[in-house]
This record gives sequence, structure tokens and C-alpha cells, in this order.
Amino acid sequence: MSEAVLHAGAGHAAHHADYLEEPKGLWSWLTTVDHKRIGLMYMWSVLFFFLVGGIFALLIRLELLTPKQTIMDAETYNRVFTLHGAIMTFLVIIPAIPGALGNFALPLLLGAKDVAFPRLNLASLYVYWTGAAMAVATLALGGVDTGWTFYTPYSTTTGGGVSLMVLAAFVLGFSSIFTGVNFIATIHKLRAPGMGWFEMPLFAWGMYATALIQILATPVLGITLLLIVMERVLGVGIFDPQLGGDPVLFQHFFWFYSHPAVYIMILPAMAVISEVIPTFSRKTIFGYKAIAFSSVAIALLGFLVWAHHMFVAGMSLFAGAIFSFLTFFIAIPSAIKVFNWIATMWRGSISLEAPMLHAISFLLIFTIGGLTGLFLAALSTDVHLHDTYFVVAHFHYVMAGSNLIAMLAGMHYWWPKMYGRLYNKKLAAIASAIIFIGFNLTFLPQFVLGSRGMPRRYFNYLPQFQDLHVVSTVGSWVLAAGLFLTAAYLLASFRQPKGMPANPWGGRTLEWETTSPPTTHNFEGQPVLQHGPYDYRPEPAPVGVKEMAH
Amino acid sequence: MNWFRDFLLPRGGATHAGEMDGLFMFITWLTVFFFFFNGGLIFYAVRRWRRRSDKEVTPHITHDTRLELIWSLIPLGVVMLIFLWGFQGYVKAWVAPNDSMEIIVTGKKWVWEFEYPDGTRTLNDLHVPVNQPVKLVMTSEDVIHSFYIPEFRLKRDAIPGRYTELWFTATEPGVYQVYCTEYCGKGHSDMLARIFVDTPEQYETFLREGDEQVRKMPLKELGRLVWENKGCATCHSIDGTRGQGPSWKGIWGQKHRGTDGKEYLVDAEYIRQSILMPQAMVVQGYEPIMPTYQGLLREREILGLIEFIKELQ
Repeated sequence: MSEAVLHAGAGHAAHHADYLEEPKGLWSWLTTVDHKRIGLMYMWSVLFFFLVGGIFALLIRLELLTPKQTIMDAETYNRVFTLHGAIMTFLVIIPAIPGALGNFALPLLLGAKDVAFPRLNLASLYVYWTGAAMAVATLALGGVDTGWTFYTPYSTTTGGGVSLMVLAAFVLGFSSIFTGVNFIATIHKLRAPGMGWFEMPLFAWGMYATALIQILATPVLGITLLLIVMERVLGVGIFDPQLGGDPVLFQHFFWFYSHPAVYIMILPAMAVISEVIPTFSRKTIFGYKAIAFSSVAIALLGFLVWAHHMFVAGMSLFAGAIFSFLTFFIAIPSAIKVFNWIATMWRGSISLEAPMLHAISFLLIFTIGGLTGLFLAALSTDVHLHDTYFVVAHFHYVMAGSNLIAMLAGMHYWWPKMYGRLYNKKLAAIASAIIFIGFNLTFLPQFVLGSRGMPRRYFNYLPQFQDLHVVSTVGSWVLAAGLFLTAAYLLASFRQPKGMPANPWGGRTLEWETTSPPTTHNFEGQPVLQHGPYDYRPEPAPVGVKEMAH
Repeated sequence: MNWFRDFLLPRGGATHAGEMDGLFMFITWLTVFFFFFNGGLIFYAVRRWRRRSDKEVTPHITHDTRLELIWSLIPLGVVMLIFLWGFQGYVKAWVAPNDSMEIIVTGKKWVWEFEYPDGTRTLNDLHVPVNQPVKLVMTSEDVIHSFYIPEFRLKRDAIPGRYTELWFTATEPGVYQVYCTEYCGKGHSDMLARIFVDTPEQYETFLREGDEQVRKMPLKELGRLVWENKGCATCHSIDGTRGQGPSWKGIWGQKHRGTDGKEYLVDAEYIRQSILMPQAMVVQGYEPIMPTYQGLLREREILGLIEFIKELQ
């Protein structure tokens, strides 16, 4: 059956150069409107900032090796953790999967030639670069020491480049909105003939839910950040209590965006996992509609729970109860997804290639990340754990662990499609194990640090916390080793000749029915859907792409 | 399994602790269970159905409504139980009993100030009688701080421009650690305080005569203790390192040039003045950010600081 698909896809492709080769030259890349090239440029930009944010992370962990000053002073430490958080959130985790994998894969998965608005897509990349340059430029103004959440009145009274950093986040928001608008239009209008909403790959559902949040929530962040700049520059007194403002109001505004943004970070991860698991289990995904609807449910519920970040910030008892109650409902669609993925593996034909190994890491890490969310959703336990290392551990499990490990799963999954080349599979398997061990070694001890009372954002700490900090710092180096190994074998893959078949993993979605790498226009002719995205039935022999006259 | 609880949580010191610990351990075991449950299923699936040939055919199963209902409704029941359990503990921690003793807490960069019903004020050391409900009425003078006592399982923000409340009944005499958990700048991690849970007699003596330490310790040692515990160390180093304020090393007998251009000799009178009226003589090159210690240090503590600085050559 895979022969049939291969044959259909290979078609006349041999006559055309792939999108990497044609047209040539740096200028052609910088002015491209090809979603695949834009996706790759996003990917390398995100990976660059992941390296920068990761180096800051290693410096933080080194500083925390001893209870007092180790390698930097308190002011430097505060700037380093702020930059680590801001870079990882705004420049890495939010754009990683939609910007890189979404741009590259979504049109291919839908059987489209490109996204709906190709120029807007290129603009989103340039806006991203502009915002990134602004964020980096804050270093010249003495850095930012507010933490990535910019809580008032600290952020309106401290010095340094806070205004510029906040404007950078504002600009980056536009990049996110552009991507969201583009994906919604693409999914509505550019699906291949025969592809109804429920024949779409689940990756598209995940991107759709993400895009909804991006366009509904991001403007609120934009307005809030502008208010901070107005407060700093003009002293308007919206948040400053000395001028009659309310500092807690900022937290409501901020989390009204930033809590849904947590789902901008996790939904795309879930979207990738929903593609990888059926392919490497060679089995229909279990509960397609449940997974699709749970993505949308998570996106909508995400708007109703923002104040669960503020249970100890002087909210009323009633508000605390409502927000806690609503928060628990997000546990249900999340649990449904995990059970569906495991059920998909059940009685499958499981192949432990690198993308699948990362997907299994994701399942285990997300299980811990999700369940530890219950401690923070429940009111009495949150009072104890709020703003401690328990929270640091929890959000690194759900954001860094889940999002970045899903990003790795997706990169390994689509790498042959992107470049027509394969990495060293053995090294990839070893690296995935090192990353899993390193990640847990780094962040599991932080749960215990937190439940024992170690607050977050501490430069100095009491000596009784040192042992667990040492374990965590050692873990961070194991994790870094795994990531550097990954970088090494991925870069080494460019020394291989291009020679990957159209469908190296036996996937059943449309991107596997064109050449690896695809031509500039993705498919030879217009693909027409003949079977669902996860249909592994041998009979009747399905043909994926029917060529139409062109 | 008490060892597991004692591994994860600090000892309990107030009435709220037991309440929270029960729920905490319930969710902990739930997490452990589902981690091994999911992990076990994945491990089993990978072992049992590992691909052996490329020709393998898998069954076409699309969904199973009954199974999906089960794995949606059971988690729903469990999380509703957790919600109610957590809510119950929160309500109890919310409403202070009518006979609570009220203490005013003010957070400022980077010290905690306490004012007792009789007007006594202390910095960073809070004395409370055991088994007596205590209500802290909190505010802040600058940015948001957060008052956290892990052993009491309690925390609440201190916010400029408004009052927030926190109450507890300490059940075990002893000393407990207080942290600031809302990031507040350079001295955030040094904004530490201690709660001394006293017997009623100890508490009475404290109100009448101050800390036992204040009363009995040699002046020089007392000075070091004040430096460590009352917020001085956050800004003034004793080893020459530059901080928010001038280092104390070797300043005794030196001349300081103030921002007003005048020169001041660092002697006992100068130190006393700088503690009580810190804005009067600010050393050149430093911001006038030090709060006054008027009414916050006992006479003996100021003398102790002077003796301590005298020795720092």
C-alpha cells in the first residue's frame, strides 16, 4: 500500500527542483513567500534564541549551586532570570511550533499550495525579528530586572530597559496574531477537495485552537503592555497606588492574556503528538473527535481561569472559589487526550523511531506536568505552593518539557520532509534518552524544593535547600548534553546526500504524498483526499493523491 | 508513609498545616499512581506490540464511547473532590476568629515591620503567643511583597495602597522561618523574617523588656545580630563590597562627604543620626532610599550597632 502512495506522490516531481534549491540565493530566501522557507527560517531563529535562553538557564543553575553568591551578583542574577524567562516565553515557546512546524507542515497536511496570506506570513517573520532585536537591545539599556511577568508597581518604578522590553513583547504579539489569522483562513479556505473538517489531520485542529487564542487574547496583552509604558513615561497612575492606581489590576490584565497563552504553548505540542503517535503505531488515532473537540475546549476554557494565578493576591473568597472551580475543568480534556494517545498505541504496530521516543517522553512528562497542576488549582494547597519552586517545576514540565520535547518530536518527524535527509537514528535515540533523564533530574527536585518552602526568584537561599539545588544543576548539564548531541547529529545530516523517499515513516497524511523535500508548490497538481488522515486499513487499497489536469 | 510526607513538607506549626497536608498527600499519591499507571500502559504497549515486520496490519478501531465516558467521568469526579477539599481548607484559612490578636505588618524593601497591639514595634522578628489566634493586617510601602510561612502553610501578598489579612494559630512553641515570595528586586531573597512562637510568659516578657537577646547579649554581638536580622545586611556589607548603601568596613573615625557637600565624621553621634534620620546625611554616590528606624530599634540595639561598626576595621 505504501508503494501506491509513493508512486502517486513521486509523479513528475523529478522534473522540478525542490523548494530548498529553487530559486537560489540569500535574497530569494529573505523575500520568499513560500510557507516552507518561512517555516525553516522561523525554526532556525527559534533554535538560535533557544540556545541563548538555554545559556542563561545554565548560568542561573550554576549561580544556584551554592546558597550565596557563586558566579554573579544579585542584580546580574535578576537580569539573567528575566531575560531567560522573556526570551524563552516570547521568542521560543510561543512561536516554536506554530511558527516553525505549523508554517512548514500545515499547508502540506491540508493539501494546499501555501497559506492563505503568504505576504502576511513573511511579515510575521520580520515582525518577529524586529521584536527579537528590541528585546536583545534592552541589554544596552542596562537590562531588565522585573521577571518576565512585569508585575506592577515594581516594573513601573525600577530602572533599565523595561519600556523597550515591554514594547518588544508588544511587537512580538503582532507576529503571533498574524500567524493566527493566517492559519484560521488557511484551514477554512484551503483544504484539499474532499477534506471535511473531520478529515483534517489533528495537527490542523490544534493549530486552529491555538490561532483562536492568539487572535482573541494577544490584543489584551498589547494594551496592557502599552499601559505600562504610559505609566513609566507619562505617570498616568493606572497601576501605581501612589497615584491612585491599582497594582493588582495589572495582574488581571496580564493573566487574561498570559493564561490563555499557556495554551498557545501546549496546544501546538499536543497537535504534534497527535500526528506522531498514529504514524509510529501505524494505527488509526483513537477518539479523533474527542481529541479535536478537547483542543477547542481547552482553548475556550483557557479564557475563564486567569485569576488562578492570584489566589494569594488579595482576591475575594468568592472569586477564588470560582476560578479554582473552573480551572479543574481543564484537567478533563487534557486527561482525555492522554488516554486517547495511549489507546492509539494499544494493539498497534509500534516503531520506536526518534519522533516516537520523544512522543513517549512527552506523554510521561505531560502526565507529571498535568497532575501537578491539580496542586495549584486547589485553593488550600496553592496557598502553600504559590510562588515557590513547585510552580517553577510545574510550568517547566508543562511548558518547557512538553512544548520543547514535542518540538523535538516534530522536528525529527518532519526533518526528512524538510531537507530530504535523515539524521543518525542511533544517536537520535540516545539523545532522546539523555534529554528525558536530564530534564527530570533538573526539575523533579524542584517540586520538593517548593513543597519544602523554597521561594522562586531567589538569588540567595538557606543552606537546607542546597542538596536539591545541586542535583538540579547537575541535571541541567545532562539536559544540555542531550540537546547539544541533538544539534550535532542534525547538523551532521546535511553531509548526507538528499535521498529520502516521499514517505519514510509510512504516514497517512498528505505531506507524505509529495516528494521529500517538496517542490515549491508542494504537490504536483491538486491533491484530492481519498482516505482519512489515519486510515491504515489495507482494503480497499487507498490512493492518496489523485492527479487532476493541470 | 509518614516519611514521605516528612520528606516533602516541612514540619507543621499551625492549625492549618494538618488540613493542607491531607489534600497535598492525596494529590501526591494520585500523581504517583497515574504516572506509573500511564507509564505502565505505555511500557506494556511498546513491549507487546513492537513492530516486528513492515507488513503488520493493525485493527481499525476509531473510538469506544463507553470507555471514553469512563475515562472522562472518573477524572471529573476526582477533580471535583479535590476542588471541594481545597475550598474547605481555604475558607478556614480565610475567616479569622473574633478573638484574634491583631498585628500590623508592613513590607518594604527589604524588611518586615511588625506593630503589636500595645504599640511595640519590631523588625523581622515577630513574637506571638502559642495557641492564640493571630491576625496579621498587611500592607506595603513600595512594591508588592508576599508573606510566607511554609511551616504554617500560609501566604498572602502585602500590597501598597490596600490591606490584606492572614491569620493563624501557632500550635508548637519554637522559631519559624518567614520568606518574601513576591519578587521585589535586589534584596528579595534576603527579605527574611522569623516568627517566635512564645509561651504566654515569654510573650509578656518580650512586650515588657524586648527580646531576651536584646537584654543579655554583649553589645558587640548584639550589633552583629541586629545587622543580620533587621535588614541592615541587605544594603550595608561588612567586607567592603559596595551595596545599596556604603559598606561599614573601616568607616569608624573616617570622614564621609554627604550629598550636601559637607563632610561628616563617622562617630557614635553620626551613626545614631543615620539610623534614626537616614535622609539627613546621605553619603555622596548613594541614593536616599534608607527607611527610618525611629521607634524600631531599642536603645541597646543602636549602641550595639555602634560597637559593632567600631570593631569593623
